[in-house]
Amino acid sequence: MKSSALKHIRTVFSAFVLLLFAFIFIDFRGIPGENSWGPILYLQFAPSLLKFIIAGAVTATGFIAVIVLTLLTGRTYCSFLCPLGIFQDVISRAGGLIKRRFRRYGYKKPWTILRYFILFLTAGILLLGGVYVLTILDPYSTFGRFMTYFAKPAVLFVNNLLASLLGKFDIYTLYRVDIKPNELVTYIVPVLFLLLIGFLAFRYGRLYCNTVCPVGTLLGLLSKLSLFRIRFDESKCTRCGRCAMSCKSSCIDFLNKHIDVSRCVNCFNCIDSCKENGMSYGLVRLRRKVTNESTTDASRRNFIAGSLVLLAGGTQLVRSQNSVPKPTKDSTVKEDRLYPVSPPGSIGITSFTSRCTACSLCVTVCPTSVIQPSVNEYGFAGIMQPRMDFHRGFCIYDCNRCTDVCPTGAIMPLMMEAKQLTQLGKAVFIKDNCIVSTEKTACGACSEHCPTKACHMVPFEGNLLIPEVKDDICIGCGACEYACPTKPYKAIFVDGNPIHEAALKPETKELEAVPSDFPF
Amino acid sequence: MKRRNFLRSSVGAGLGAGALLSFGRYEKVLAGKPLPGRSTYDLVAIMGGEPAAMFDMGIQAMGGMGSFVTKGQKVLVKPNIGWDVIPDRGANTNPALVKRIIEHCLRAGAKEVYVFDNTCDNWIKCYKNSGIEQAVKDAGGKMVPGNSESYYQEVTIPNGKKLTKTKVHELVINSDVFINVPVLKHHSSARMTGALKNMMGVVWDRAYWHSNDLNQCIADYALYPKKPSLNVTDAYNVMMRNGPRGVSKEDLSNMKTLMISTDWVAIDAASAKFLGKEPASIEHIAVAAAMGLGKMDLATMNIHRMKM
Repeated sequence: MKSSALKHIRTVFSAFVLLLFAFIFIDFRGIPGENSWGPILYLQFAPSLLKFIIAGAVTATGFIAVIVLTLLTGRTYCSFLCPLGIFQDVISRAGGLIKRRFRRYGYKKPWTILRYFILFLTAGILLLGGVYVLTILDPYSTFGRFMTYFAKPAVLFVNNLLASLLGKFDIYTLYRVDIKPNELVTYIVPVLFLLLIGFLAFRYGRLYCNTVCPVGTLLGLLSKLSLFRIRFDESKCTRCGRCAMSCKSSCIDFLNKHIDVSRCVNCFNCIDSCKENGMSYGLVRLRRKVTNESTTDASRRNFIAGSLVLLAGGTQLVRSQNSVPKPTKDSTVKEDRLYPVSPPGSIGITSFTSRCTACSLCVTVCPTSVIQPSVNEYGFAGIMQPRMDFHRGFCIYDCNRCTDVCPTGAIMPLMMEAKQLTQLGKAVFIKDNCIVSTEKTACGACSEHCPTKACHMVPFEGNLLIPEVKDDICIGCGACEYACPTKPYKAIFVDGNPIHEAALKPETKELEAVPSDFPF
Repeated sequence: MKRRNFLRSSVGAGLGAGALLSFGRYEKVLAGKPLPGRSTYDLVAIMGGEPAAMFDMGIQAMGGMGSFVTKGQKVLVKPNIGWDVIPDRGANTNPALVKRIIEHCLRAGAKEVYVFDNTCDNWIKCYKNSGIEQAVKDAGGKMVPGNSESYYQEVTIPNGKKLTKTKVHELVINSDVFINVPVLKHHSSARMTGALKNMMGVVWDRAYWHSNDLNQCIADYALYPKKPSLNVTDAYNVMMRNGPRGVSKEDLSNMKTLMISTDWVAIDAASAKFLGKEPASIEHIAVAAAMGLGKMDLATMNIHRMKM
């Protein structure tokens, strides 16, 4: 195809994808209902790959589809399906509007060593069971964090303004939602990446995708074998250089009529820019020049060998740093929590932290905001990986929303019945903090909220009742901890199970006869 | 906003008072006096019917909804919607009852009937799964959110012992008539939840109540001048244990009862008996009675009992 139709198709399609992904992360009203994002997330490369290699999920074959797509068409994924890629296109378009020269790219040499080093580092650590680098670099997860951490609060702010306005007219179709920021530390990575990606996209188009993004680099390697590519029509080319100027990837060397396929993201801007119809997208011509190959090969091999050596050392370092999270134990702290609590369906802490890329989809869909990005509860490398924060909220007994949405398999699907018997942790009662014991007045907020009555009230001094916990039917939902009014330390808290356990069903008994007359 | 409301209400009050005085209906402007036709029963109790039918019968005995709600008024109906469970579990007020009450209000000429609760579980799920949101819609009422602190305004509780200030939902302040529709349940900490305890769902900071003598705070809140003019206690399926959320249907006793009263201490005292408890053993009832907020002694009450 030679027409500029390709570019327009790309623009429309990718705009739709971008809006859809933004909506997925911002939707605070749960508009489309449960279990609806699976098919859309299916094609996200890194989550799908993770789910496949680590969780062994046969349903996670989306990345294979992406590989096939890449082998056939090149890095179509990066322009059509990657929300972060499309997001950068929007920013670079904005950059062009502000200064035209920001949209004139021209050919530049690739950052070969850096990009392959990042890819090998990510892949190597992943193979050794660590997801840390991918957590920070996975484009889908990065985009998810941008939306959850920055866009959603902004949307909520506007929503709240509108809701207040409508409320004055007695209209309550919009409702206000309190905006509660995360722990400050969890913003470090998203803010740095927003600045980095924002700047690079603003000024240099797709430089981030072609230098830092491991998915981009991997697909770039594969696209060297792709069947369909952008090519020059030598008879028509006047060497005007418009194509190179319009190339966000800076990968067109128009003087040598060479396109660096590994960096081309199939945005088709070059085809659109060529006044002579001298560029087209079609089947690759088998016309190999062997001359250049041998020179590049040697350095590449050396590089690969070097990186592997580096990796061997590097991964050891990472491994020793964090395989099981350190207890955040401090003898003076009343809530003596040995382990953080990982979300339901995550099986246990180690399996969770080795699979989660912190895309924050579970954080954003959780109706009670109990799922929060962690600071160092899982250790330093686990930053932003979500944990259950029972000071913020508690896990709803009849909800398994987070287990439905996770694209990486860090949180596996849990049927409702199974979820209600999954023990994330156990409630621990600290009598010395409890109002009933310290103030000698009634409270029992913990027991009120307990869905299984694992936390129940037993006689205490005088007419008072005081909580007691039955471990075996406690599911660690944290309702007790959330409801407990004592500050700064709670009188009851959930200590995580490093590996989730099975809780018993609460016993039920028949009641005595129903009265048939007024008791007064 | 505040200034506008103040101006509007003061001008309205002035005009209204003038108009009423000129028609000679003095009693309407004097706060606390019942409308004509209202019964003198301390408590109306109905047993053996379905919630809506029992309410029809009970409100008639109370003098009809017209003696509580007049034309053009804004009514707040406050059920218990605290928990994300289905109606069968008896943890929330029966939706059929809520629906019927709203219909009566609208028939009596109410301009608008609002319903909300500051729920314990996630509010959207509570509103939906309790069946109350749908019931309110069907009846022609308006479901209002209570999930954000910004809906609540600070008020002072005159003479409160422990609770002197609390943040109350704007609808409690802004509506003309307040109808309290609790569901009767066992309660793990307050021992019973009924009319008085249901007010924990119109305030924002419940934790303060819990940490500052819960029972005294419940009683103190009853001092706040914006009291319900009608209390309707749903004792159709009564949670006898594991309250207030309940663990299973086995916690319920199908008592098929409804009680109506203008005195919330009285209605709670009667409710306690259904749970097999003496009113005085429920601390917040005893404290509220001692503070002179209502009658607790069932023997001296004028009770109208009906069976269907």
